[in-house]
Parts: sequence; C-alpha cells; structure tokens
Amino acid sequence: MPKTLYDKLWEEHHITTLDSSESLLYIDRQYLHEVTSPQAFEGLSKKGLSPWRLNANIATPDHNVPTERGESFKTENIKDEISKIQVTELDKNCNKFGIKQFDITSINQGIVHVIGPELGYTLPGMTIVCGDSHTSTHGAFGCLAMGIGTSEVEHVLATQTLKVSKLKNMRVKFSGEPQEGVTSKDIVLFLIRTIGTAGGNGHAIEFAGSYIESISMEARMTICNMSIEAGAKVGLIAPDATTFNYVKDHSQLSEEEFEDAISHWTSLVSDNDASFDKEIAIDVSLIKPQVTWGTSPEMVVDFDQEIPNLDFVDGENKRNFELAKKYMGIEENQKVTDLKFDRVFIGSCTNSRIEDLRDAAKVVDGKKVSEDIIEAIVVPGSGLVKEQAESEGLHIIFEEAGFMWRDPGCSMCLGMNPDQLKPYERCASTSNRNFEGRQGNLGRTHLMSPLMAALTAVNGRVVDPS
Amino acid sequence: MKIEGNELIIGGVVASIDRDNIDTDQIIPTEYLKSIKKFGFEDYLFDGWRYLDEGKLGVSKNDREQNPDFILNQAPYDKATILLTRDNFGCGSSREHAVWALRDFGIKIVIASSFGDIFYNNCFKNGVLPIKLDKNKIEDLFQKMSDSSADLSVSLDSKKIFQNENELYSFDVEDNLLERIIYGLDDVDMTLKHKDKILAFEQTRMKNTPWIFSND
Ligand code: SF4
Repeated sequence: MPKTLYDKLWEEHHITTLDSSESLLYIDRQYLHEVTSPQAFEGLSKKGLSPWRLNANIATPDHNVPTERGESFKTENIKDEISKIQVTELDKNCNKFGIKQFDITSINQGIVHVIGPELGYTLPGMTIVCGDSHTSTHGAFGCLAMGIGTSEVEHVLATQTLKVSKLKNMRVKFSGEPQEGVTSKDIVLFLIRTIGTAGGNGHAIEFAGSYIESISMEARMTICNMSIEAGAKVGLIAPDATTFNYVKDHSQLSEEEFEDAISHWTSLVSDNDASFDKEIAIDVSLIKPQVTWGTSPEMVVDFDQEIPNLDFVDGENKRNFELAKKYMGIEENQKVTDLKFDRVFIGSCTNSRIEDLRDAAKVVDGKKVSEDIIEAIVVPGSGLVKEQAESEGLHIIFEEAGFMWRDPGCSMCLGMNPDQLKPYERCASTSNRNFEGRQGNLGRTHLMSPLMAALTAVNGRVVDPS
Repeated sequence: MKIEGNELIIGGVVASIDRDNIDTDQIIPTEYLKSIKKFGFEDYLFDGWRYLDEGKLGVSKNDREQNPDFILNQAPYDKATILLTRDNFGCGSSREHAVWALRDFGIKIVIASSFGDIFYNNCFKNGVLPIKLDKNKIEDLFQKMSDSSADLSVSLDSKKIFQNENELYSFDVEDNLLERIIYGLDDVDMTLKHKDKILAFEQTRMKNTPWIFSND
C-alpha cells in the first residue's frame, strides 16, 4: 500500500500496539527546557528511575532567561527570584542525571527549537519530542516531531517511548512564486486564516509543492513551527537536497555516516499515489503580506485590507470577533494600517534565525525607529545566530536605527522574563501567538513577518512593503 | 467520582464559558509556569478573566481583586465540577499546567465541541475527562444550562450524560483512556512492562540507523 511520509516515520518507530488505538513509539531525541521539565525530573526521582538513554536528551534554558545579560552572566545573576529557581532547577537536574545542557553561559544556548537543528541534533527521520508545542518546527527536516506535556516528558525520560494514537494525514501544497515582500511567515499565516486554528486538529500536515521545494531550511522551519497554530501537532516536509546540505553543515556526522544516512533519508517521501485524508492547494503568488488583527492566529487580514466589520460576520464568529475587537482596541471600519504601534519584537522560535534578522536589517538599514515606538527589540534565537549576525554587522544596523540588540531567549514571545507589554500597548511581533495577555497582561499583539515588523518599527505603523 | 447503583458517576455544577478557541494562555497565564510544583494552581485558573488586578505566583485568591462578572467567581459556579465551552478548547501551548489548574480548581469534566490535541492528551494523565460533543449538542447544552440550578451527571460506565435522571446524550471516549482516569493508572509503570520490547527495538535501530546514536 502506498504510504505517506508520516506513515513511514510512524512505522519506522513503531514498537508495539497497545490494547487500544495507542501505540508505543520509539523516541530518538528529546529537547528539554526549564519550564516543563522540573515536575518530570521530580517524577523520575520519585520512582527511583534514571533516563533510559541519556544521550537522547539535550537541554537549554530559554523561556525565562533575561535577554540583557552582557558578559559573564550566570544563573545566579537572574533578578526575578522565581525565574531563577526554575533555571537553577534545570542546572541541578541536568547535573544530577548527567544530561547535556547548554546553560545560560554557553554560546550554544538559545531557544530549543533554534539550537536543535543548528547544532545538528535534529536529523531527518528522527522522532523528536519536547515539552513545548512548537516542537513541530523540527518537522522541517522530515522528522516526526511533536510537543508533549510534562507527564509525557517524564515518560520519555523513563522509557524512551511515547504512547500515541496515529494521526490522520493532511497535505498542503503550496505552488507559485511569492510576491515581493511576502515571506514564509505570511504564507503560514495565510494558511491558518484559511483552515482555522482547529483546521489541522488530529492531523499531521505535510507541506509540499514547488514553493516548499524552493525555500531554505529557515523558511521551512517557520512554516512547520506554526502548524500547531493551524491545530496540527505535527508538521512535516520531506527531506531533499536543501535539507541534506543544511545537515551536512551542522551535524557532527562523519562523511561515511552521512552517506549512509542519505540513502535512507531519500526514502522519506510520500509515495506518489499515497492518499491523504485532507488535501489543500494554495497558490502563494496571490498572497499579500499578512497581519493578525485579533486574539487568535486565524484572525488574519491582508496588511491593507479592512478588518472584518461586525455587521458582516455570521452568528458564531460574531461573538469571538466582538470580544477580540474589544480586547485589541479596534474600531469598526479600521485597517491594520490605521493602528498606531507602541512596541516591536523581532524574535521567537518562529522568526529569530539568521535569515529573519537579515530580512529585518535590510529594511532598517540607514533608517531610524519611529518616535512613536517606545521600544523595538531584536532577540536572536541563539548564541550562534547572534554571533553570525554580529559577524555580518547586522547588530550595528539595528542599534544605529535605535533597536535594542539582545541576548538569546524566548523573550517577549510569552513574557516570562522582563520583556513584556504593558496593558493596552500594541506590539508588532514576529512570534506565533496573539492570545490575550500572551506578551503581557492586556497587551495587544499583531503577528507578522520580520520584514513587516521592521517596517512597522521604522514607520510606527504597518505600511506597504513595496 | 461516586458509585450510584452500578454506575460510576461524576456530577455537579456546570460552569459555561461561551467562547471558541480558549487557549492554554487563558486557562493559565505564563506567569504561573514558573512554578516547579505539580499542584497548587487552583487560584490561577482563568487568571486574566477571573481577576481585575495582575497576579503573581504565590499570591492567593483572597489577596486579589476578583472580577464579579466572571462565572467562576459567582455561586454556585465557584464550586463547578464541569466546564462547558465551545470549539477548540485548550489550543495553544503544551503546558500541562493548564490541566493542573482545572484539576486543582475541582473541574473533573470539560465538555466542548473539540479540543487542542496536546491538551486532550494531557487531561487523561491528570484525572480530567474531556468530552467531545457535536456542535448542535453543545448549543443545546448551553440552552439547558442557562438556569443556575442546572447541573449534570456523567456516567463513566455507560458514557452517557444525564440531567435530573434524564438521559441527554451519549459520548465517545476510548476505554483505555477512561480507565486511566478511573484507576489513576501511571503510564510509566504500564509502559515499563514492555521493557524487553523497547530494548530489542532499540538494538535493531542502533544497527539500522547508527547515525542517530553517534551524533549525540
Ligand atoms: S519562542 Fe515562544 S513559542 Fe517558541 S518556545 Fe519560546 S515561548 Fe514557545
């Protein structure tokens, strides 16, 4: 029977069927961070167990870490006492169990989903889990990668397996060439707008088509990253030459291992006649830059389009739209371009890779951050991204324009560290969630691409990129 | 949970929140994820809606300014054991803290037309039963629950929902998932029964795809 890429990954890792629809899958890699791991380590200790395969685990602190650290910063320098406890706990647990950690002092520290691929720990064909929903990012390498809860983090530590039910198959084919100023972020926002935040529930989404084949690993990661906002905990892209080149540059594999692996990796594609439970085709050449206006990632408009008028919204959506408009401080007949912005955040596991920073820097070069903007920050996804950007002089472009150039972490994506919005502040953000209060109590988030966010910083408003 | 006749029943007050897409940031904001404990999240459930002031980990309900308009601050809903809501409940982050907050507050059942996949899974690990019903039944339930004296009981054996002894609907949930809730089974213990199979699988995998193990 013809198989999809997801079917193949499933079978390759399938240990046994349990007495239910669930199966036990073997897990190749687990990424750990400070927020969803302490209770898992505690559970492990209580049972008197140690990690099943120590080397499968890689840890780094990211959610809580301050992003103004400067030189020789250590965990004990974290000012917020409660954040410090959590980061300290990760240090302690990694030491106690012997897990490899890139701690706050390491050049390799960063957002888990940025450092995994970058350090070559993410390889095609792996099963990858992390106590974080954006684990879907690693699907860009043809991995079966998914976010899990803390109980499952403990389960993977203890057994190297996960109990899961098989998902359904969905394929999204992107064809065509994007217009100028349109990036992979716009394309994934457009998809979420089209299928809704529950559109991918219960499915693994494979992204395919000529557009996907043409883009870089960074752009692919942005798309897989936001599969979870489309409701799918798994996003996938078949590995190809672009993938292999990236892996060759980043992994520690020897020449021989690499050659060996490639012959296996090339088989990781959906068979021609494989059938999908759901299929969607999107012509990306029709997509304009996308911006969210509301409090759900499906509340998206073209940057120059009117935000839905409540008079023209039907029953069920009406309630949601009304609440969202009220929360976001949006009046009838407004466009996103009519709104005045207070802050700009360029960062997060969606858009903090080198390509994203280059995109933003290009727009900012030689310009100044608008006086209307209280603060514009750039937070590289990892120490290595930061280093690379600095070697290209991007930090100078940003700083001369009036941006703050920060140290790596999740930062204002979720505001667990000091980077937060104040009530009613409006933020142009390259992150992935515009939920109420996500970036700070009563803060107002508009998701967009790094290019659009940089333009917003310079103009104080969303403007036409062309 | 109690036993009535031969049936295992969860019943009680139903709090309705008429919204789609309630995400885990709403269920428990990020501030509280700084806890390294697994319990004690009851006061932070729906924090942004429940209080008028901004909260901090460790500050309890009594020291906060409660929003009198929010349903969980009103009797009898402050003792609710069942939550009724709309579509895609628990979407967003994988934080299990969202389920811990519901559980610690006393919510044993969440009824919605659909759930975020990761949240749905997390529920069964913490004794909270997510029940999926069609949108028209959810609509009907919202009507029926508009009266504050209305409550529901749910039979775990027959997988049926009752109002005052009258059967309203049946629902579907996998038996083994339900058993985890009923018996409070621990997944790690259950999986370790397959230890030999896991070991054998791992050995083969090391042979077939050695690069995965050499790259650590
Ligand atoms: S950057 Fe944001 S979405 Fe990504 S892992 Fe960090 S908090 Fe989660």
